[in-house]
Amino acid sequence: MGKKTIIPFGPQHPVLPEPIHLDLVVEDETVVEAIPSIGYIHRGLEKLVEKKDYNQMVYVVERICGICSFGHGWGACLAIEGAMNVEIPERAEYLRTILHELGRIHSHLLWLGLMADGFGFESLFNHCWRVRETVLDLFEKNTGGRVVFSICKVGGMRQDISDENLKEMVEVLNGIKKEIKSLTDVFINDTSVKNRMVGVGVLTKEEAEELCAVGPTVRGSGVAQDLRLTDTHGVYGKLGFEPIVEEAGDCMARTKVRIREVFQSIELIEKAVSMIPEGPVAVNVKGNVEDGAEYMVRLEQPRGEAFYYARGAGSKFLKRMRVRTPTNMNIPALVKTLQGCDLADVPILVLTIDPCISCTER
Amino acid sequence: MAYVTKSPWVVHYDGSSCNGCDIEVLACLMPMYDVERFGIINTGNPKHADVFLVTGSVNEQNKDVVRQIYEQMPEPKVVVAVGICACHGGVFRDAYNILGGVDTVIPVDCYVPGCAARPEAIIDGVVKGLGILQAKREAMVNGAKAIPAEEEAPAEEAPAEEAAAPAEETAEEIKEEGGEA
Repeated sequence: MGKKTIIPFGPQHPVLPEPIHLDLVVEDETVVEAIPSIGYIHRGLEKLVEKKDYNQMVYVVERICGICSFGHGWGACLAIEGAMNVEIPERAEYLRTILHELGRIHSHLLWLGLMADGFGFESLFNHCWRVRETVLDLFEKNTGGRVVFSICKVGGMRQDISDENLKEMVEVLNGIKKEIKSLTDVFINDTSVKNRMVGVGVLTKEEAEELCAVGPTVRGSGVAQDLRLTDTHGVYGKLGFEPIVEEAGDCMARTKVRIREVFQSIELIEKAVSMIPEGPVAVNVKGNVEDGAEYMVRLEQPRGEAFYYARGAGSKFLKRMRVRTPTNMNIPALVKTLQGCDLADVPILVLTIDPCISCTER
Repeated sequence: MAYVTKSPWVVHYDGSSCNGCDIEVLACLMPMYDVERFGIINTGNPKHADVFLVTGSVNEQNKDVVRQIYEQMPEPKVVVAVGICACHGGVFRDAYNILGGVDTVIPVDCYVPGCAARPEAIIDGVVKGLGILQAKREAMVNGAKAIPAEEEAPAEEAPAEEAAAPAEETAEEIKEEGGEA
C-alpha cells in the first residue's frame, strides 16, 4: 500500500455545477476517507422571516432550489396554511399534485443527463436535456416560468390551468414516453454504462436505514419508503400507486428507481387529469398567523423527504420557518459509499444521490 | 458577430445561486439552444476560458473562490453576471451572509437580469460580452493601458443584438413571448 494523499475535489469542479468541497484521502487509487466541507451556498434564508411577510416568504422558500422549486413553494404554502387553518379547494390540490409530478419528471431527466455527463457519455447527456426542454415548455405554457414558477400561493393557486391545457399536457407527455424509453434503455442495457454503474457504491438496506437516507437513494436499497403514500399532502391517496423499489443498492439500482419514477409520474399526471374536479383554485386568506400557531409538514421531493415547519408570531411575519432538505439526509450515505471506492468513481457516486447543494445549505 | 474570430470558451461558477440560473446556463449548451455551434465550450478549467459566467449573489465563503477563478483566467477576459442575484442580490439581498452581487468581489462587464435568467437572455449577454472581449483584445494588442469600455460597449451593442437574432432561429417565438411577459 502506498502512503496516504489528500486530493481536493471542488468547490469548482466540472462534474457538478454547484460548489461542494470534498477532501479525498487516497491510498494508491482507492479512496479511504472523504471529508465534506460545505457552506459555499449558505444564504441564511431562514433568517429572512424577519424581513419578509408570510406571503413573500413563499417566494423565498421557492428559491431554495431552482430544480425542485415547485415542491419547495408547495411545502412552504402547506406549512403556513396549516398554521392558519386554511382549507384549500380540491381543484388546487389536484393542480399542485400535477405540477409537482411534472417537476419530478423534469428533475429526473435533468439528473439522468448529469449522470451521463458524469461517466462521460456526452451525447446521452444532450439527448436527456433535449427531452427535458419539452417538459419545460409545458411548464412555461401553464405557469409562465421555466424553472421558478411562483404559481403556488397561500390559499391555493395563483391561476387556473384550463382543461384543454391539462389534456394537451397528457398528450405531450405520452408523446415523449417513447423517446424517454429509448434513452433510458441505453442506461439499462449499454455495456459501457453497466461497467460504470453495476456493483459500484453499494449501500445495503441496513446501512441505508441506519444512515437515514431518503428518496430514490433509500428506495434503491430496497426500502419501500415514499411519503406520497404515507403523508396527506396532495391527492396521492386517491391516485393509487405503489412505491418503486430496487433491491441491489448500487448506482444502477438508484438510476433504475429514477427511470421508473419518470414513467410513474406520467401515469399519475394522466390519472389526476382524468379525475380533476371543477371549481375555484384559491380561497382568500386574510389576517395574521396567530402567535404560537405552528405546523409541520413533510413532502416527497424528487430527491426524497423534505420537511417544512412554520410558527406564527401574531403578525404578518412568521416567527420561524424551518426547512430540512433531502440532500442533507443523503450526505452520510454518500460519505459511506465513498469509503473504499476508486478515485475515478467519485464523480458518479457524488451524482448518484442527486445532490442539491443549494437545498442543503439554503 | 463578424468580430468573433476565435472560439470563446466559458467557465461557469455557482456563487451561492439557487441552481435555477445554473441549469439555464447549461441549457444554453444543449441541443435546443446549442451555442456550441459557435465554438463556445463550457470548460472546467479557468486557465482555458475567455468568458466567466457567475450566477448567484456570492456569500462570504464563496468570495475567495470567485476571486481565485477570476485571477486564474488569462487576459483578456470578460465577466458576465447571470441572474438577478448575481446582478445585485435579488430576493436574498437582505440575507445576513450575502454580499449582494458579483460586482462586490470582481469587476463585471455584463449584467443579465431575470429569475431565473432565460437562456435567450444569457446568450444575448454573452454575445454582448464578446464585443467587450474583442475591444479588450484590441486594446491589449495596441498597447493601450486603459480600456474605454464605456465608449466601446454601446457601439458593439447594436450589431450584437442583430447578430443574436438569427442565432436563435428556433427560439425566436419563445423569445417574443418572454419579452411580452
